[in-house]
This record gives sequence, C-alpha cells and structure tokens, in this order.
Amino acid sequence: MNRLHYIAMRLVKTALVTIAVVVLSFFLIRLAPGDAATVMAGQSGYADEAFVKSLRAEYGLDRPLPVQLWKYLGAVAQGDLGTSYARRMPVLEVILQRLPNTLLLDAFALVVAIAGGVWLGGLAARRPGSAGDAAVTVLSMLFYAVPQFWLGMMAVLLFAVWLAWLPPFGIETMGADYTGLARVADVASHMILPGMTLALYYLAGYARLTRTAMIEVAGQDFVKTARAKGIREGQVRRRHILRNALIPLITYAGLQASTLVGGSVLVENVFSWPGIGTLAYEAVTARDNPLLLGIFIVTAILISLFNLVTDIAYSLADPRVELA
Amino acid sequence: MRFLRAFLSRPVALTGLVLFAAIVAVALAAPLLFARGPFAIVGMPLLPPGAPGLLAGSDVLGRDMAVGLAYGARISLLVGIASTLGAVGIGVLLGAVAGYYGGLVDDLLMRVTEFFQIIPSFVLLMVLVAFLQPSLASTVIGIALISWPQVARVVRGEFLALRAREFVQAAKTLGLSDARIIFAEILPNALPPILVVSSMMVGSAILTESALSFLGLGDPNLLSWGSMIGGSRSAMWVAWWTTVLPGLCIMVTVLALAFIGDGLNDALNPRGRR
Repeated sequence: MNRLHYIAMRLVKTALVTIAVVVLSFFLIRLAPGDAATVMAGQSGYADEAFVKSLRAEYGLDRPLPVQLWKYLGAVAQGDLGTSYARRMPVLEVILQRLPNTLLLDAFALVVAIAGGVWLGGLAARRPGSAGDAAVTVLSMLFYAVPQFWLGMMAVLLFAVWLAWLPPFGIETMGADYTGLARVADVASHMILPGMTLALYYLAGYARLTRTAMIEVAGQDFVKTARAKGIREGQVRRRHILRNALIPLITYAGLQASTLVGGSVLVENVFSWPGIGTLAYEAVTARDNPLLLGIFIVTAILISLFNLVTDIAYSLADPRVELA
Repeated sequence: MRFLRAFLSRPVALTGLVLFAAIVAVALAAPLLFARGPFAIVGMPLLPPGAPGLLAGSDVLGRDMAVGLAYGARISLLVGIASTLGAVGIGVLLGAVAGYYGGLVDDLLMRVTEFFQIIPSFVLLMVLVAFLQPSLASTVIGIALISWPQVARVVRGEFLALRAREFVQAAKTLGLSDARIIFAEILPNALPPILVVSSMMVGSAILTESALSFLGLGDPNLLSWGSMIGGSRSAMWVAWWTTVLPGLCIMVTVLALAFIGDGLNDALNPRGRR
C-alpha cells in the first residue's frame, strides 16, 4: 500500500479510536458513586439541596446519560471540551496551558533515554559476559528498579539541597522575569532534574532491550555471512546487527508512550512541574470529570499520533514489514 | 535440569533468588516478629536509626520504621504477584488467539489492546482505584487491567512469527487440534519472552503499587512502602531515613526480581549466552 494512503487511513482510524476513548471514558467516569455537583457543593461550603440542584442544571447533570453523552460528543467534535468544575475555565484552555510543559519534559526524557539506552545496550552486547557487559546490565537494572518518584526525591536531596547545583522544583525561577536566552537557560536548569529522573527508567529499558536484541541478531547466519564476506566489524554492527535489533526497540517506544504520561504524573508531582501530569492528579482528587475526560482525549490523540510515527519508523527499519 | 543448572550457575540470578527469598521470609515472618502491627506508636517521632530499640528509627508519628518496612514487604509482594498472574493470564490467552488466527479475531483484540495503549494507563489506574475506593483488591485489579495488553502484544508477536514456521505446518498436517498447536506446540517456543516480560512485570507492578500509595491512592488501612514515603515527604529534609529506607526496600525487591528475570532470560535463551 502507498505510504500516504496508509497515513490517511491511520488518521481516520485515530479519529475513530478517539471517539471510542471518549465514549468509554465517559461511562467509566460516570461509574463512580455520587456526582460532581455534590463535590462542588461540598467545596463551596454550603450543600443546600436547592444549590446542588441548580449546579446539576447548570452542568446538565440532571439530564439522562445518553443525552449527556450525545451533547458531549457534539461539543467535542467542535473542539469544546466543556468547563472544568474546579477551575471554572474551559477545559481545553486549561489543558493547552499545561501541555507544552509536559511535551518539553517528555521529549527531553525520550531523547536522553533512546540515545543513552541504545549506546549502553550496544556497548554491553559487544562482549556478552564481559565486565563491561555486567556493569551496563547491573546499572540498567538499577535504573529500572528505582521508583521514579523516589529517585526524584533523592535527586532533590542530593543536587538541590546538599550540593545546591540545581533548583529543586518548578519550571522557572519565580519572580525573576527572565527574557530571551536567560529564560531558556533558567527553564533548562529546572528541567534537568525532572527530565533525567523521567529518562533513567526508560534508558534502562532501552539498554536492556538493545543488548538482548543485538546479541540475538549477532548469532544469526546472515551476520556470519556478512563477516565472512569481509565487511568491517563496525559496518556489520551498525548496518546488519543494529538495524535488525531496532525493530523491538521501535515497538517498545510505541508501547512506552502511554507510560511516559503516567511517569509524568509522578515526576511532575515530585518536582511541582506545571504539566498535564500534575493536572491529571488534581483532576482525580477534585473529581473534576470534564477535565479528566479532556485529559484522556488530548493524551489519547497525542499517543495515537506517536504510535503512527513508530509504525512508519517500523516499516522504514524493516522493509519486510508491510504497512496495512 | 539443564535449565536449572544454567540458571543457578549465574551469580546474578543466584543473588536475585537469595535476595528474593530473604524478602519473602521477612514478609511471612512480620506478624510473628512484630505482633503489635505497623501502626503501633512506640516512641518519639523522627528518632534516627540506632536509637534504643529502633533499628530503623521512627517515623513522623513515632511508629517503628523497621516494623513498617517488614509489613510493607507483604503488600508489595502480594500486589506484585497477584496482579501479574492476572495480567499474564489475560494477555497470553488473548495474544495467542489473536496471533494464531489473525483476521477478524486479531483485529478485534488488537483494537482493545490499542485502546489500553493510547489511554495513559497510570491516569486510568488512578481513576479506577479512586472511584472503586482505594483498597488492596482495587489496586490488584487495577494493575492487572492496565498491564495485560503488554503481555498480549508480546505473545501475539511471537505467535505471528512462529505460526508460519515448519514445525507448526507439520503439526497442522498431522491434524492436531488448534488448541493443541497453540498451547503444546507454539506456546512453549514463545515462553522465553513471556517469562522475561512476566518477571519484569512483577517488579513493575510493585513499582506501580508504590506510586499509587505514594500519591495517597493505596489502601488507607495498610502501611506500604509507597505510603511510608508519601507520608514522610514533609520530613524528608530533617529525617532522611523516613524516605530513603522504604525507597531502598522497593529498589532491592524490584532489583531481585530483575536479576531473576535476567537469569531466566539467559538460561532459557542459550543463543544469548555464548
């Protein structure tokens, strides 16, 4: 199939899956006992019956569930994700305010994780069983085994409190009002601790996978053939072994997209990073259903698009795989 | 037997096994050693490790940290193993069927796993647990429900690759039933990656549980390593042991499981050893 045609088909599919996500999470959220009107009334201080009723009417919670769903779907189709209960602001606006911060953090973490993981894994696979291999393996296991939130707290203790090299929390220095390059440097210094905290876990995964896949591929006949033909070792490793070993790595990257968002919840929480992760946590604890639904929808679309990219990368890395 | 020898001959795997056995022993012995339970207040708050009678110090409420750590092992192991069993059960069954039959069944199952994959699973888990009311059962069910697609994908991929191989065609020619081909012919050949994924999954389930209870979404009636860390965030600056020790416990447990998984991988996959 033609690649453009394939992408168009996938985009249609993404739209369909998004609708499924909207419908399913809509019902999932309504499964909870009680409704948001009681929560809001509780927060506002007086839970008078008439007030709760007026809140239900204001947010359309008094209408039958299918009607609510239909109205919600219609609104979402027009880009209206409703109003956040807790913030009294359009959900889309709240999300778009926070989204760039999370994308910045996640992109940084992903690049560090892939580059570092493939490098370390390749190093370990060169001589399986050697001291270097053991060191990389143990190191990658250590990063994998550390709870992310705890690693973040330890990083704060070490680098922000004891050594005082880096700021402990936030995305920029409060009240400093830097502009231009000074601001970029300020945000970058705030990003290092949460970004590395997030990256190390995935780096461990990429290192383990690269090592396993490269050792596996290195034992296959076509590698022996390549060596027998007299191709230089570096070429064999890059063009023959690494390229074939990349395939499980790409699958892994696609699989990890949604856990990256989950990791952001914890890391952003520890570092008070104003992103989607902290927003999701606030939405869960405040029972802010429209905001939660909005977060599901926006992240689902982003993860779908990321999966589309990994699928295309898959077909580029392995021409035997047909896009279908 | 050869597999067992290969497994035990690796120092890393052996270390993992010994560590894991020790943690299991502590978890099982906790109610015998500390009959008072982890919530009993034994002294002043924030006493450092080594204070009289307090091996690991006391926490913000003056509870014995050592007792809390021992009881915490029970929660971590229980949640890790129970939720992995659930996830592997669902994942192997659905992945095998999808990979072997392909076509419509595969499409349907893959759409379901895709749904799970594009929704941020930890956020989904927070919502599930918060709405079902945080408890041990809701934690286990929640983690199993968000983890199985990972197993299903791996199993499906293996089956997709293996079903075209000669031995499967031979089995078909011999007239073996589909169930027999799936479970007796293909599944044993697909086991190494499944075992490795499972051993990694017990560890990641333990990490997920600790994250949930760190955020205050764990069972409020149980003290777990994650809730110990979450409960001492404000004391972190003055009493390092309240956050450092439970974190180390989580790390050592997950590390032991990773060592075991690594040993399994190498023992089951002789090509990787050389």
